[in-house]
Amino acid sequence: MVSPAVIRRAIPRLRQSTVVEPVKVKEDEEHPGLEWSACILRIREARDRTAFAALFRHFAPRVKAFLMRSGADAAMAEECTQEVMAAVWQKAHLFDPTRASAATWIFTIARNRKIDALRKVRRPEPEDLPWGPEEEPDQEDILALQQESERLEEAVAALPAKQRDLIEKAYFGDLSHREIAEETGLPLGTIKSRIRLALDRLRHAMK
Amino acid sequence: MTMTQDTIKHHLTDALLMAYSAGTLPEAFSLAVAAHISMCDECRARLGAFDTVGGMLMESCDEAVMATGSLDATLAMIDLSDARPAERKAPSPAGVLPAPLRAYVGGDLDAVRWRPVGMGVKQAILPTKGDATARLLYIPAGAAVPDHGHRGTELTLVLQGAFEDKVDHFGPGDIEVAGEELEHTPIADIGEDCICLAATDAPLRFNSWLPRIAQPFLRI
Repeated sequence: MVSPAVIRRAIPRLRQSTVVEPVKVKEDEEHPGLEWSACILRIREARDRTAFAALFRHFAPRVKAFLMRSGADAAMAEECTQEVMAAVWQKAHLFDPTRASAATWIFTIARNRKIDALRKVRRPEPEDLPWGPEEEPDQEDILALQQESERLEEAVAALPAKQRDLIEKAYFGDLSHREIAEETGLPLGTIKSRIRLALDRLRHAMK
Repeated sequence: MTMTQDTIKHHLTDALLMAYSAGTLPEAFSLAVAAHISMCDECRARLGAFDTVGGMLMESCDEAVMATGSLDATLAMIDLSDARPAERKAPSPAGVLPAPLRAYVGGDLDAVRWRPVGMGVKQAILPTKGDATARLLYIPAGAAVPDHGHRGTELTLVLQGAFEDKVDHFGPGDIEVAGEELEHTPIADIGEDCICLAATDAPLRFNSWLPRIAQPFLRI
């Protein structure tokens, strides 16, 4: 179990900080993902360019690789990656760390850019859910979401190679929706329940 | 859109959610999926789980080499955009159509340009690209959509009222995912006119002569 100190370090109490201090991004051995969530919150609250640079160094090369594996050439992937990372800054106010990890959220932005640039089609998005009146997300909820993401990651890593290969093919655009199996074999139940809980709280707060 | 949350019984399949998360669905199907998720937190949470898988696969990619000056170029882009900050979207006003559908219709139900297709049934084809089509269907209370089968997949999302076919009863927010095997005659409930969004990746096959003649005109 992680000590509350770890969470406090990762998710600074942003509203109380009037002085913009650069975020020291250390690889937290237990929950590296928490540091990335904290970076996005720093951007959202303090337009923190140091936090953005750290986020960029970690995610931009991965976003670019993802776009290239999905069929973009290097020049287009570079251009799209810069746009995706700029969108991370612009949309930081929409990031909810109790519903998505930083990687998940950046993936959704990269995926949308990919559809736009590579497939040149429109992808309707679900109705936006605003943040509730609570400006500061609950630290326990952020940690719980992070832990579920990590458990899922371990479960996916433990899948038979053939099954993992099919899932990768689906996400890199090599399978059409007709070719995706009805049974994905992914153990998504617990992370789904965690996200559902966050949604219920948000709905409650909106009332 | 929250009052139907707990009454929705018919949800999206894993395959549709995964394809939507991966971004490989035809536009008309994406519209049906986005509209259902707008009404259904259960499927919104399931989509969140599939997006987590996508984020994980993206993060596990071998790092590509960034161009020289990539970060500075991105920061310059940000400085330009910060000069005109994005407004937070106001929550959409209450209505029958969820936000993604309103974007296609240009408003709520009163903005739909219905065309009669016979026997009181009306439809409005929505402008989508790709090899699937989407339309809104208006079925008067108690009326039936002619008996039809499908060559491909048909998604039918109830927006108002309810219908029943041999599979089950479908109320607001419910989505029926019908494959090739299903031959059905959806009948609208007596209480209220039924409004649905139907998306299909193949023309419907009607089994009686009248709709068969009408089919080229219906463009369905």
